[in-house]
Amino acid sequence: MLAAMPDFGSHLYVFILAAFLGLEVIKRVSPLLHTPLMSLTNAISAISVVAAIEICGLQKENTTVLATILGTIAVAAATTNIVGGFMITDRMLKMFKRREVKK
Amino acid sequence: MNALTFIIASETPVASTAVATDIQSVVASATYIIAAVLFILALKWLSAPTTARRGNIAGQIGMTAAIIGALLGHHVVRYEWIVAGFVIGALIGAPMAIWMPMTAVPQRTALSHAFGALAAALVGTAHYCLFFQPASLLPHPLTMGFLCLEVLLGSLTFTGSLMAFGKLQDLLPTRPMVYRGQNFINFAILIAAVVVAVVLVFNPQLRWLFPVLLALAAIFGVLLILPIGGADMPTVISLLNSYAGLSACMMGFVLDNRLLIIAGALDGASGLILSIIMCRAMNRSFTNVLFGAFGQVQAGPTAAEKKAVRSGTAEEAAQIMEAAQSVIVIPGYGMAVAQAQHKVRELYDHLTKRGVDVKFAIHPVAGRMPGHMNVLLAEAEIPYDRLVEMDEINGDFPRCDVALVIGANDVVNPAARHDKASPIYGMPILDADRAKTVMAIKRSMNVGFAGIENELYYAENCMMLFGDAKAFVGSVAKELADTAAT
Repeated sequence: MLAAMPDFGSHLYVFILAAFLGLEVIKRVSPLLHTPLMSLTNAISAISVVAAIEICGLQKENTTVLATILGTIAVAAATTNIVGGFMITDRMLKMFKRREVKK
Repeated sequence: MNALTFIIASETPVASTAVATDIQSVVASATYIIAAVLFILALKWLSAPTTARRGNIAGQIGMTAAIIGALLGHHVVRYEWIVAGFVIGALIGAPMAIWMPMTAVPQRTALSHAFGALAAALVGTAHYCLFFQPASLLPHPLTMGFLCLEVLLGSLTFTGSLMAFGKLQDLLPTRPMVYRGQNFINFAILIAAVVVAVVLVFNPQLRWLFPVLLALAAIFGVLLILPIGGADMPTVISLLNSYAGLSACMMGFVLDNRLLIIAGALDGASGLILSIIMCRAMNRSFTNVLFGAFGQVQAGPTAAEKKAVRSGTAEEAAQIMEAAQSVIVIPGYGMAVAQAQHKVRELYDHLTKRGVDVKFAIHPVAGRMPGHMNVLLAEAEIPYDRLVEMDEINGDFPRCDVALVIGANDVVNPAARHDKASPIYGMPILDADRAKTVMAIKRSMNVGFAGIENELYYAENCMMLFGDAKAFVGSVAKELADTAAT
């Protein structure tokens, strides 16, 4: 038996809106901050962790050992990006300072 | 809406837990919406240095909300593997972020694209495995199509990013690796992967084909990056960023999860914009970057001619800069390699103290990733309002006394303006040659990454300063300090 067709129409709609919004917002990012931009978006796209969590957390009867192993590695890889990405972005952004006002 | 409904379709919640399940779903959906809004705000706030840190915090809160939402999901009943993953990830991610030197940012970025893509590929593979659970149904062809795209992009981005990491970390040769028929072989492998994916879409039960798809995509990723040279890394890193985002996005389509679609689309859009900016800054097209194998050694006629260059000492350089009213510094990858940014800061301080106006001209592709130079100079505590983009500063060069080139090469080569035979013809450059005096710090007269002779060094107003960037800038700064003391 085949699963029902998911609601791709509205997903596509969300995708297109998000992509346009992303293009508009990111166009405004100063070239000064392009490196932090990349590390931040990288951390954000590690949102795939939520999918990995769902796989790891499945009831034993509903899953396989292989899926759990793959899920655990995926959680680890995504968490690396989340923790590393936000921390390095913060470290970089802290460095950007304006000229001190002359005393 | 539940992410795993199509996998465990026959499972019906027991009546007594139905209410609890509803509340869980509502809470999970709410956290996902909050996360999506915060991610968009994060990128909006990142647009200016004054609000950027707020943006990063918004991103962190959004991510935390989403993770809480996921943990509350009613399919999540076991936590031991999730916690194990969290611990391993934090143990790898945190030390990397804390101790990594800023000069290694491009490598770390490439590695993080690899991690992100790996997660997407593995999640896709795990979902594929779950289709064959007794309780689940075979996937709809559209679902299967997105799943194949997810693992295809994830797998090729994983190996491609590892290759980029290897090149940036000098584990692999930085020069482009080319062989005959390279493009043909690459295309053939990509087409084979697509064919396998199409077969799988309509015959998901052909389990042996799935690893074939993963392998073909992985091989394609390696081959795609082989011919990429160091100078093209900014574009390639941006492109891999985009792919990693898109694979997360595809995962959202597979799982009916709009948060994944939104976050993935944002990342994809960001990578796309950055790669377009990088391509424009080199006057090249995507196809040219990916399949052109730029930076092959060019045995041009100019390389044979030995023209005279004027070389100077640190003392001479210091004297000229001291007498100048305005100095524009042009940093390049060489500054990063030599870790010269802190010495540059010393030089900046000495000159500013004497009333010299010092600015920094930042070419978009200077360094190995977008914004590379800005981060290094900010690390050395040079105020960011002194870092000026190419288009804004080019008009200042004719009025400036000294243009000091530190470890940059192709981005100041005037051949890009007039020499139609030059491979970099048409690339926008920093007009350093229009300054009254040009000083270029270089280790030797060797050609740059694009393998092109730079006529700037033979110009009459150019003075070559031979030596290691860090040592030389340091000695110029010392000269200035000494004359100030006397």
